[in-house]
Amino acid sequence: MSAPARVITLHIDDREVGAHTDQTILDVARENGIFIPTLCHLKGLTPIGACRICLVEVAGFNKLLPACATKVTDGMRVVTHSERLDRYRRRVVEFLFASGNHVCSVCVSNNNCELQSMAQLTGMTHLTMPYRYPRLRVDASHERFVQDDNRCILCQRCVRVCDEIEGAHTWDVMGRGIEARVITDLNEPWGESSTCTSCGKCVHVCPTGALSIKGTAAAEMKKKTHFLAQYWTLKEDRS
Amino acid sequence: MSRTILIDPVTRIEGHSKITIYLNDAGEVRDARFHVTQFRGFEKFCEGRPYTEMPALTARTCGICPISHLMAAAKACDEILAVRIPETAAMLRRILNLGQIIQSHALSFFHLSSPDLLLGMDAPPEQRNILGLAASHPEMARDGIWLRKFGQQVIEKMAGKRIHPAWVVPGGVGSPLSPETRDWMLGQIPEGIKIIQRVLEWYKTTYSQFTEEIEYFANFPSLFMGLVSDDDYLEHYDGTLRVVDERRKVVAEGILPSEYQDYISEYVEPDSYLKSPYYKLMGYPEGIYRVGPLARLNVADRIGAPLAAVELFTFRKLSKGSVLSSFHYHYARLIEILYGFERIEQLLNDPDILSEHVRAHAGPNRGEGVGMSEAPRGMLLHHYKVDRNGLITWANLIIATGHNNLAMNRGIAQAAKHYVKGDKIKEGALNRVEAVIRCYDPCLSCSTHAFGEMPLLLQLVAPDGKVLDETARAI
Repeated sequence: MSAPARVITLHIDDREVGAHTDQTILDVARENGIFIPTLCHLKGLTPIGACRICLVEVAGFNKLLPACATKVTDGMRVVTHSERLDRYRRRVVEFLFASGNHVCSVCVSNNNCELQSMAQLTGMTHLTMPYRYPRLRVDASHERFVQDDNRCILCQRCVRVCDEIEGAHTWDVMGRGIEARVITDLNEPWGESSTCTSCGKCVHVCPTGALSIKGTAAAEMKKKTHFLAQYWTLKEDRS
Repeated sequence: MSRTILIDPVTRIEGHSKITIYLNDAGEVRDARFHVTQFRGFEKFCEGRPYTEMPALTARTCGICPISHLMAAAKACDEILAVRIPETAAMLRRILNLGQIIQSHALSFFHLSSPDLLLGMDAPPEQRNILGLAASHPEMARDGIWLRKFGQQVIEKMAGKRIHPAWVVPGGVGSPLSPETRDWMLGQIPEGIKIIQRVLEWYKTTYSQFTEEIEYFANFPSLFMGLVSDDDYLEHYDGTLRVVDERRKVVAEGILPSEYQDYISEYVEPDSYLKSPYYKLMGYPEGIYRVGPLARLNVADRIGAPLAAVELFTFRKLSKGSVLSSFHYHYARLIEILYGFERIEQLLNDPDILSEHVRAHAGPNRGEGVGMSEAPRGMLLHHYKVDRNGLITWANLIIATGHNNLAMNRGIAQAAKHYVKGDKIKEGALNRVEAVIRCYDPCLSCSTHAFGEMPLLLQLVAPDGKVLDETARAI
């Protein structure tokens, strides 16, 4: 049995704030109205620190730490915004754009895309590195949904929601590094998956147009994640 | 010694091209060629994408007429869905398409071609443009800008933005028309009709000054191709294809979009990325045909708008059969602007225009779909094949400007033979050869699905291939 959470104090951007030891830097920052950008994080799903957008500076650590997956400690001093962090975050978004085929203008999620919003937020107006233009798969075999690897940023929200909330664990990750892809079952076409319940949670938590409802045209895909808030409230009430 | 003249770039057109004029030993024009040297490859990179993306994807072919591509793409997708879209959705698409035709025709006539007509073909090039027009004929420039603005605002108010809206979707349109937008459009139409009638009156008193241009600007017998409605009216959105000859005698009619390959073949010229479609039953190059406003007025029996019908009656007097001179594309364009205002008004007054039932939903029920509509420059065709999941496996786009390729080539050869003498090119002669191309209002980025820049170049080439003289212009 883990030790009960203690109340501690720490500094975020020179503000003294109170917290519990089981909270993450991101939790505490949000509680106190301090904005830290996130992309792979979604409240209600286990944080995995995949995207590195929420990196923050912590005194005493040379490397940057992901706010979503780093627990607070007593006396911690955190910086959430600096020139260095802005540069790193913008570079992370650049890498995401360069590694896939993100053409906003024809995307189903245009104007409703978290990656697009992050590009605007971080001021990423162009790439300073060449596009990779990989030739990636589009799987439209599912009766209701489409998976487009060209638009996937490997945030793994689909993997987590399917495992943690739906309990089906249809999605997982295959390959490593730049070759990593999310797959259904043992890399079978989604339409042939024996575990998928067709609940659509993966589609709605997907931050980009990588997962979408079949038949939607450009800019028509609007994601609905309110079910997660309901789940989270229920979980908190029980605890 | 024979020589070659090169015009590069052709100016005041949409896209980039060059013209080569070949001279014989006597220094007379032997031939002239229109080259489009850009390539974009839309048909190839669309492969593998969901069919639902095709309207937005193919609309990126062009920033001038994205609506036309939305129409043809959405109609091809409707075929793949195997649905009949709600009547209101069809009416809304028609209005949007007419808005596009008004803005594009206004751009072609006022911004690109009218400087030639108002300032003269021999006016200094630095004045022969829309700014020169605004200085010398401010009212005409204002009229042109008003008309184009109206067309653009129709698109913006209906579809969300002026360029590349995503409102036209497979199965219909994204949202119903609001009463405010309908009322705004209805309120603008009287002013638009007043303006275009004023311009038409001026044009009819003016074009007679251009008898030489009318005679030598691509004035030759050819076939004409365009959509007509089931009851033979002028048609821009639906209907079937009709082909008439120089006597306005029907050569073929009732051609369904799915039958186009029985009537149209495409020939690839070695010196241009622009394909040369021809009427299959007459072979290449005899099967030369023209599309666009001139062709549409030649193929339609009636026009379905009272004020435009009066103008069509006058237009018909230009010739006993089909109107053959490409110079009269300008006249046809103005008549179509008038028609556009009247037709939009008719559609807006339909009792069902505000219906909220504007989209049919279905999955891919057919493996193939062909969509045909009339773009400002002529018949536009999108043909897609999909796999059982709705991913594109093959695409073919035949663009209006492409249909006119053979006619543009013949037209510039005719004009060059008349106006170009000797191995030095006079500015006025150069402009006249370019002006032939402008009559067709070509959209080269569309028709080659082009990438990059290729400004106009006019070259004078000797029989041994030596370039004797060339005139190049910045874009």
